[in-house]
Parts: sequence; C-alpha cells; structure tokens
Amino acid sequence: MNESERDAFDQALDTRVIQGRSLWVDAWHRLLKNRAALASLLVLVVMVALVIIGPMMSDWDHEIPDWDNYSTPPSLETGHLFGTDALGRDLFVRTLIGGRISLLVGIVATLVSLLIGISYGAIAGYFGGRVDNLMMRFVDGIYAMPFMFFVIVLMVIFGRNIFLIFVAIGAVNWLDMARIVRGQTLSLKNKPFVEAARACGATEMQIIRRHIVPNLLGVVIVYVTLTIPQVILIESFLSFLGLGVQEPLTSWGALVNEGAQELETAPWSLLFPAGFLAATLFAFNFLGDGLRDALDPKDRV
Amino acid sequence: MLNYSLKRLASAIPTLFLLITFAFFLIRIAPGGPFDGERALPPDIEANLAAKYHLDEPLPMQYLRYLWQIVRLDFGPSFHYLDWTVNDLIAQGAPVSFTLGGLALLLALAIGIPIGAWAALRQNRPGDYAVMSIAMVGISIPNFVVAPLLILLFAISLGWLPAGGWEFSPSRMVLPVITLALPMIAYIARITRGSMIEVLRSSFIRTARAKGLPEKEILFNHALKPALLPVISYLGPAAAGILTGSVVVERIFTIPGIGSYFVQGALNRDYTLVMGVVILYGILIILFNYLVDLIYAWLDPRIRYDDQEAGA
Repeated sequence: MNESERDAFDQALDTRVIQGRSLWVDAWHRLLKNRAALASLLVLVVMVALVIIGPMMSDWDHEIPDWDNYSTPPSLETGHLFGTDALGRDLFVRTLIGGRISLLVGIVATLVSLLIGISYGAIAGYFGGRVDNLMMRFVDGIYAMPFMFFVIVLMVIFGRNIFLIFVAIGAVNWLDMARIVRGQTLSLKNKPFVEAARACGATEMQIIRRHIVPNLLGVVIVYVTLTIPQVILIESFLSFLGLGVQEPLTSWGALVNEGAQELETAPWSLLFPAGFLAATLFAFNFLGDGLRDALDPKDRV
Repeated sequence: MLNYSLKRLASAIPTLFLLITFAFFLIRIAPGGPFDGERALPPDIEANLAAKYHLDEPLPMQYLRYLWQIVRLDFGPSFHYLDWTVNDLIAQGAPVSFTLGGLALLLALAIGIPIGAWAALRQNRPGDYAVMSIAMVGISIPNFVVAPLLILLFAISLGWLPAGGWEFSPSRMVLPVITLALPMIAYIARITRGSMIEVLRSSFIRTARAKGLPEKEILFNHALKPALLPVISYLGPAAAGILTGSVVVERIFTIPGIGSYFVQGALNRDYTLVMGVVILYGILIILFNYLVDLIYAWLDPRIRYDDQEAGA
C-alpha cells in the first residue's frame, strides 16, 4: 500500500468510525445552542472583567469624595459616569467595588457550602443504611429552621466581619447540596454501569473517578451556578439591613440600601447598583437553567 | 390518615426541640449581658436583677426553665423596650405581618397557577417563552430592589398610592403585598408549568383524550389536581420566604410588623426579642411544613400508604 492509498484509506476510516462524544462535549454543544444561556455567560464574563479592571481605569476612588460634586446625576462633564452619592463619592467605582465584594462573597460562600455539602452528602450516600438515615434526619431537622434569621443573629453577636459572612452563608446553604449529592451517590452506586465496571475488574478508585465523580459533577456544576446568585442575594439582603459589609467597603446590597434612601432626590444611586445586581442574578439563573438542560438530557423535551 | 398525621407530628417535635436548644445556647454565647449599661450597676442591684431573671442558677437549670417557658409560649421580657414583654411586642406586630403574608400568598397562588398552566399549554411557543422570561426576572430581582422601584413609580411619580405607613386599608396594603408576592408568583408559575407539562404527557391524559372528553374537562378535572402537588410542596419554603421577605418589606414601607421588630431588635442587641421572633418563625415554618405534608397525603393516597408499608 503506497502513501496516497494509505491516506485515502485512513480518510475513509475516519468517516466511518465516528469518535464517541463524551458527556461534556455533548453538553457543550447543547449549551451552545441555547442562546439565552450563552448570552448569560457572556454577560457574566463581561461583568467579572468590568469589576476587576473598571476601578483601576477610573480616575476616582471609592472612598475619597469629589468635593465639588455631591449627589450629581450621571454626566460626562464631571467625569462621574454613574453620578455621585450624597457624600460625593463616584458611583461608577463604588458600584464596581461593590460588585467585587458581592461576586467574591457569592463564589467563596458557595465553595464553603460545596465543601461541606459534598463531603456530608457523599458520606451519607456512600455508607447508606443507618448512618445515612441519621445524617439525613439531621439535615431534615435543620432544614425546617428559619436559618436566614440565625445568620442575622450570628452577624449581630459576632460583629460584621466579611469572613463571617462567607462562613455563615456557606453554613446555611450546604443543606441542599448535601441532599442532592447524597441522592445522586445513592442511585449511582447501584447503577448497572457501575456493576459492569466492577465486573470488568475496575478498582474502587477507578469506579469513583471514571463513573461516580463525572456523574456527580454535572449536578454539582448546575447547582453551583444556581447557588451563587442565591448567596449574592443573601449577602445583599444582609447588607441591605445594615448587617453585611461595612464602610468604606460596600456591596450591591449596601448600595441599594443607600440608594433607596435617596430615591426621590437621586434615583441614579439606586438604579445603577440595582441594575448590576439584577443583571448578574438574572444571568446566573439563566445560565444555571441552560446548564441543567445541557447536562441533564432526560429532562429535554 | 390519623395515624399518618400523628406520625408526622411526632417527627416535628425533635426539630422544634433542636430549634429551641440552638436558640438558647446562641443567646448564652453572645458577649455582654442584658444589664450592661453605660455605668456599671452596684453589685447588690446586679445580684438582685440576676436573681429576678434566674441568671444566677446553673446553666442546665436555666435551660430547663427556658424550655418550660417556651412550652407555655412565654418569650420573657424584652431587654430593650422596658416594661414590655416579648409577647406584647409580638402580639402587636403579628396581626399586621400575618395579614400581609397571607394576602401575598393568596395573591401568588391566584396569579401564579393560571400563568403557569397557561404557559404549559403553549410550551416552547412565544407566549411560553415570554411568560417564563418574565418569571425569571421576577425571581432574579430581589424584593428590596422591587420595593423602592414600586415606590418611585406609584407613590412618587404617579402619586397614586402612599409610599409607606400602615393601616388596614387597601391603598396602604397594595404595594407591600405586591412586593412580597412577586417572587412567589414567579416560582409558582415555573413550578406549575413544569409539572403541568409532565402531567399532560402522561398516559391517563391520553386515555381521557382518547375517550373523547372535552379539552376543558381534561384540563380542569384530570390534569390540574396532580399538577398542583409540587405547588403544594412549595408552600413550605414559600412560608419561610414570606417571613424573610416581610423583614425587608416591613422595613421599606415602615410597617410595624414582627419583621421590623426583629431587625430593630437585632440592631439593639435585644436578644430575648430576637430569639423570641426566631423561635416563633421556626414554629410557624414547622407547622406550615406539617400542614403541607397533611394536604399532600390527603391529595395523594400513595404517600400515606407507602409510609404505612414502610413502617410495618
């Protein structure tokens, strides 16, 4: 067989043997078809970039007032794109700095809840039986409690510390994660494909790595995308009540709180932070929905 | 059914116990006592005060006393509002908050279910997409953003409605109730749509169609009831959502309900008031979940039979 013949043969072979597509490639293709989810992803990327780079590009600082402009509306002349607040601080920079805090809290607290939830759920699901029963009863028990209020009490008792916000919100939010991971582990453990892998002589580690984890990952990713906006919302809620991030730092919730008080005289100080907050939450929720459709084909219609 | 309801009630008690225990020890680890004022009190007076409120007893004794107190629904004196007990404060705020929350819940059900069902019948058509996008907006925009915007539009720009304050009159209740109901409408619409789509695809609906029933009858007599089950199970979390939401709404609209007492209590470090409200909320949520379980079992006999079999 000469060179050209072999090429032709390979080509023919290529067309016939279709490369099996992995779950992830498949999911990615489905996601690309979902315009709303894709647009949301774009919004989030832009938002993160803006929040990181924006404050550096601006001439203004989030703490230092502009002595000539108190509560001025947005204008190009003064250089305050989003106007200034009652203390003369630039709202563009403050909105972006607030966004940094809100997004950071969203991501870190979600990771905290992820860590607790996955370990707890995986242990309960893996051991099953009485351990599982007891652990899940406990989750059911604290599920029924008004946890939002415990967070508020914690913030009051231990002072308003940003690390406490991470931990407190994370500690509240792990329950759902634990339930989901536990349920998933429980059902995966007894699936025929795990049995098949075991019959083929795969080791326990291989089964976990190749079969359990990838199947958990989809659910976890979807859930993370939907938890981040929840957490951002909780932080904003706390900040709105004056229990969250403290001055000179700020967050979207704190800015909305300030803006709501100057609603009549300076509506822009409410509208910009509120718009950023809503757009971010919207994008996360839509992306989460899109990811769920992409990663969970059985729900597709 | 009675058996089932008693069993459910029994499982709610440990939760309640956990809640009260947690609340009690949270107060105890809080730094600063209730009588720490600007000036230190003379030791005799402090001892007398401690004796009056049983703070001089050993901790287990205090805990038992607290439990007994809560069993009698006595939340003790407020640490901040002198001459007021927490019960007085709650009795004053509760009618307001419950009216607000109840109306919001009714409104959410009355609007959310029809919208969801409507969208389900137009699945993947423009009407469905439009409604569900709006619902997503409703979920994404927090109520502390919605409330000021509503005030800006209806109270300040148009001047149709008062911006705050409270009395039992429609004009003062409209904006707070709408604010509280909006995210719930969105959730209920989404849930109804999802379950309705599933039910409409099931075989008993196909049977109903095959035997030539009018579409209206299929929808209202056959599809709607099973489709509403997930909505009912959402009512538990919804109750918790109303309580949390009422904190914000009462603050923005300056409504003297339990939620605003709670925030004020938290800022004043009025621990007894705060814990009283937390326990009350906890009891309400547990009660609501219990009722939801009962309704669910009543509507869907499989649940109570399965439970009995599992128990046997």
